[in-house]
Amino acid sequence: MEKIKSLTDLKRIRDEKQSGLQTREKGELAENLVQVKVAMATCGIASGAKETMEFMMSALEKRGVDALVTQTGCMGYCYAEPTIEVTLPGEEAVVFGGVTHDKADEIIEKYIKDGELVDGIIPVNYEIIDNKE
Amino acid sequence: MSKYSMHLLVCGGTSCKSQESDILAEKLKKELSKQGLDETVQVIMTGCFGFCDKGPIVKVMPDNIFYTQVKPEDAEVIVEEHVVKGKSVERLLYKDSKRKGLNKKQLRIALRNCGVIDPELIDEYLARDGYQALGEVLANQTPEETIELMKASGLRGRGGAGFPAGLKWDFARKNKSDQKYVVCNADEGDPGAFMDRSILEGDPHSVLEAMAIVGHCIGADMGYIYIRAEYPLAIERLKIAIGQARNYGLLGKDILGSGFNFDIDLKYGAGAFVCGEETALIHSMEGERGEPTLKPPFPAESGYMGKPTNVNNVETLANVPVIILKGADWFSSIGTETSRGTKVFALAGKINNVGLIEVPMGTTLREVIFEIGGGIKDGKKFKAVQTGGPSGGCLTEKHLDTPIDYENLVANGSMMGSGGMIVMDEDDCMVSIARFYLDFTVEESCGKCSPCRIGNKRLHELLERICEGKGEESDLLRLRNLGEVIKDTSLCGLGQSSPNPVLSTMDNFNDEYVSHVHDKKCPSGVCTDLLEYFIVEENCIGCTACARACPVGAIAGERKEPHLINPDTCIKCGACMDKCKFEAVILK
Repeated sequence: MEKIKSLTDLKRIRDEKQSGLQTREKGELAENLVQVKVAMATCGIASGAKETMEFMMSALEKRGVDALVTQTGCMGYCYAEPTIEVTLPGEEAVVFGGVTHDKADEIIEKYIKDGELVDGIIPVNYEIIDNKE
Repeated sequence: MSKYSMHLLVCGGTSCKSQESDILAEKLKKELSKQGLDETVQVIMTGCFGFCDKGPIVKVMPDNIFYTQVKPEDAEVIVEEHVVKGKSVERLLYKDSKRKGLNKKQLRIALRNCGVIDPELIDEYLARDGYQALGEVLANQTPEETIELMKASGLRGRGGAGFPAGLKWDFARKNKSDQKYVVCNADEGDPGAFMDRSILEGDPHSVLEAMAIVGHCIGADMGYIYIRAEYPLAIERLKIAIGQARNYGLLGKDILGSGFNFDIDLKYGAGAFVCGEETALIHSMEGERGEPTLKPPFPAESGYMGKPTNVNNVETLANVPVIILKGADWFSSIGTETSRGTKVFALAGKINNVGLIEVPMGTTLREVIFEIGGGIKDGKKFKAVQTGGPSGGCLTEKHLDTPIDYENLVANGSMMGSGGMIVMDEDDCMVSIARFYLDFTVEESCGKCSPCRIGNKRLHELLERICEGKGEESDLLRLRNLGEVIKDTSLCGLGQSSPNPVLSTMDNFNDEYVSHVHDKKCPSGVCTDLLEYFIVEENCIGCTACARACPVGAIAGERKEPHLINPDTCIKCGACMDKCKFEAVILK
């Protein structure tokens, strides 16, 4: 990995990565992909988030859905673990709670494939500060 | 894509459900099919919106319209007016002139990246302005300027006592030495607290970046994270993060071409509660016993290896980069006069939405428990909330509308602590709760000073006696006196605060103590020694199952006649209760 040598460098790399957040290994703009984030903190993993993540990855691949499944930290909904966030291309992100195998299956078949919402949505009840001044 | 052009999201949180939101959802479906719209409009039950006092909530998508306090009877008007005619129903509309959508109670600053980025990819942190604050500080600010900025922001320590962070850095900066250290206190030990773990697991780089900033401010080139070995995932992610930051040159020599060197290493704790106290933590890092020493000297004068050391908690550090980027004025505009910014709380206990939350200081307990937390489980009555862990106290009904900040919590006999919040309902016995926390402090006392080592043990014995029904009225006075003495004479924060759970429950729930001691009754039915097994005459059919199960022959009665338990012989094993199929045996 190349070292970052100055603040100017750092800013350039940030701008690259900001668009880079969109482009991943597939060389495709992530905004054109289905993005799935799985909350993988200790609490999530203890409730089965790892299995959910593995299932999502293999099931999406098997069913031919072009998707990007990544891990993330705690979303805060301990009462509804495992929790995942799904972003369909051009849509707002939706958070689902209590995502077991069956639920994951339903989310793929109904929401991801057809855009049809399913029970178990968690309304995001917080605001995140934007980092910009 | 979707065959549905509209969605009606009905809150299925426990609180809304108890107000018939599930019936409402059914009625909405019925009304839709009446209008022949069930193929184009879908009704969905969601989790809690965190807005329970205005429940049940219905959100119409994609119109983004909120209806509040919707009753099943309102289903018809919503479908006819809104869905069919496209007119919103004024009467039920949520009104808040300031914002669109529901007024969100939570604001994530320390948790800004948790649940957003992949914690194992530094690039995602960089894309969210990661390490920009460090770059800014190194390129454009003197250490004094950064410290002034921190002071002006009003950021106070999030680990418990709430000492102003900028001032702490200033002390460490002013002490001259050839070597100084930055320490991150990640020894999170309060039962039920997991704020720091979540930050380290979800956003490790924010802590690393902040430590480097502190290093620059105080003149240190080495930082340590003291983390408990019970946090393996946090440790793993920190190691990955440190490696990635080194690879990019964001840790190590000549960071960003500024000539500033800083590196970070991990030190593992064995999970002793007292090691969260900064002097004990430093001794543990040095390989000594984890025992506190008297302050002064403060770590800022003589800390790790006898060198000036600045110790900050994880959450405090996680706030630092944002404050530098967005400015002191922005940060100090959030919160209350004395407590700026936000606080992360771990909500646990008898609450519907157990979770990790972050709210601006000054939010009330009622908002936290009944709105964000979704209220008490199973519709039970709220009794108390324990804040500040074993060092804190219990707050009750009358404190619900108190804005949460450092001063208010202390004034009401509790403290901020690190942010654990354990909610109790009517079934919890406050004497047992006090005993539970004392159990913990007795176990965790390092044993160095006698008030804490012996005093807490005696305090615990007194509580044990009271719970067993052997308490005398003079014990209550003894509890209070002993508690006060331990508070006044202990060496460190652990002992000085350990009687708090006892004293605060005595203040707020004196009647429970009195009934344990005087009437030998536990009003909540928790202390088994004070309970007796009874047979309810109306329910007993005289099957004799209980009498046959009783190992001491304490149950008498004719076949097909109600039975009776002899309390003098009964050993309270509960065998009769397990055997009875008619719920005739009860504990009272």
